[in-house]
Amino acid sequence: MSALATKPSTDDVWGWLEEVPDPEIPAVSVVDLGIVRDVEWKGGTLVVTVTPTYSGCPATSFISRAIEMAIRARGIDDLKMETRISPAWTTDWISDAGREKLREFGIAPPVGGAASCAGALKVPPVVTCPRCGSTHTERVSQFGSTPCKASYRCLDCLEPFDYFKSF
Amino acid sequence: MNDNPTIEFALRMGDNCLILAQQVGAWCGHAPVVEEDIAFANVALDLIGQTKLWLGYAGELEGKGRSADDLAFLRDVRQFRNCLLVEQPNDEFAKALMRQFLFDAWHHPMLTALTKSSNARIAEIAEKSVKEVSYHLERSHDLITRLGDGSPESHAKMQEALNDLWRFTGELMTPDSVDEALAADGAAPELSDIQAEYTAYMRSALEEATLVAPEKVHMYQGGKTGVHTEKLGHLVAEMQWMQRAYPGLKW
Repeated sequence: MSALATKPSTDDVWGWLEEVPDPEIPAVSVVDLGIVRDVEWKGGTLVVTVTPTYSGCPATSFISRAIEMAIRARGIDDLKMETRISPAWTTDWISDAGREKLREFGIAPPVGGAASCAGALKVPPVVTCPRCGSTHTERVSQFGSTPCKASYRCLDCLEPFDYFKSF
Repeated sequence: MNDNPTIEFALRMGDNCLILAQQVGAWCGHAPVVEEDIAFANVALDLIGQTKLWLGYAGELEGKGRSADDLAFLRDVRQFRNCLLVEQPNDEFAKALMRQFLFDAWHHPMLTALTKSSNARIAEIAEKSVKEVSYHLERSHDLITRLGDGSPESHAKMQEALNDLWRFTGELMTPDSVDEALAADGAAPELSDIQAEYTAYMRSALEEATLVAPEKVHMYQGGKTGVHTEKLGHLVAEMQWMQRAYPGLKW
């Protein structure tokens, strides 16, 4: 596609990015997860700043590429992707809509703020089963299918589920 | 050694992560239960991510165009700056867990202190890493407590692992000229402060796990300056095999 005659607003760009799914959890977008930190025009260059969730998350480079492709598909050629690690990504940045979408997808959203992030000997949070709504659940493992999730099990409906841990 | 102590420091932090990640990653598909298999794989992944941040910074400071990958795959054993603890072999699960705990219990207070570093880059890498490491410590602490205070067999295995590995913990808290240079600038904490925290933490954690740290052991030194145990040579040979067999190979 050729370059556009007029520059789209940053609000437009945010709107496009709301349609870019997270590669691991396609129910939520990269905006819902708070991965996109900034969209800004610097002269004729559109600068998009993203922040990695976990430092080793293999999805990070894939996400940057997906964002880049989504923007280029709208006809913007002069694009610069930047990575920012500070302030560090936190689950507090996951939007309310994102939390609801996670729940619908079968992943329990983070409980409490990032302050309830793990620390030795802290009491695990009470996590609600995303299927039956019971709080009668137990942690199977602090680690799960991706770096951001822990493995839980519901003691009422007996279903295993993922918990997006506070971070 | 590099003249710039900050490069040395970044290499030490990064190499600790890299070598431990390589070790922990080797449990993938081999851990005794699937949850621990997954946990170790996730810990390895976090550590690899942190390796990229530290070694990437070391390479930038060095200014010779070496990337984190270049530093990981194209250095020889003597150029690695990791502590001796992380290169101790996997042998068995009890030892791998104890190694992880003894390291996490140092890594966490160290990174916490580094979030206040006068060096902005060090502070931001620490800020990112410490959140991940708090989950590592929570897990390793929980497991050594449960296994130490578990069956006679699990207790015996954890105690044996502690007896074997304790002598490698002193190095992490023994300052040399690099540590002193960074501490003088407020870029890194005084290691004596970390030691005080480590000692207090260990006293309560080991007591709860019904384990006893050996007394009067000789604390081994050398990894931070590149003088390693023979274990590291084997590990590096395996880790770098592809680059040595096919130099310059890319995915």
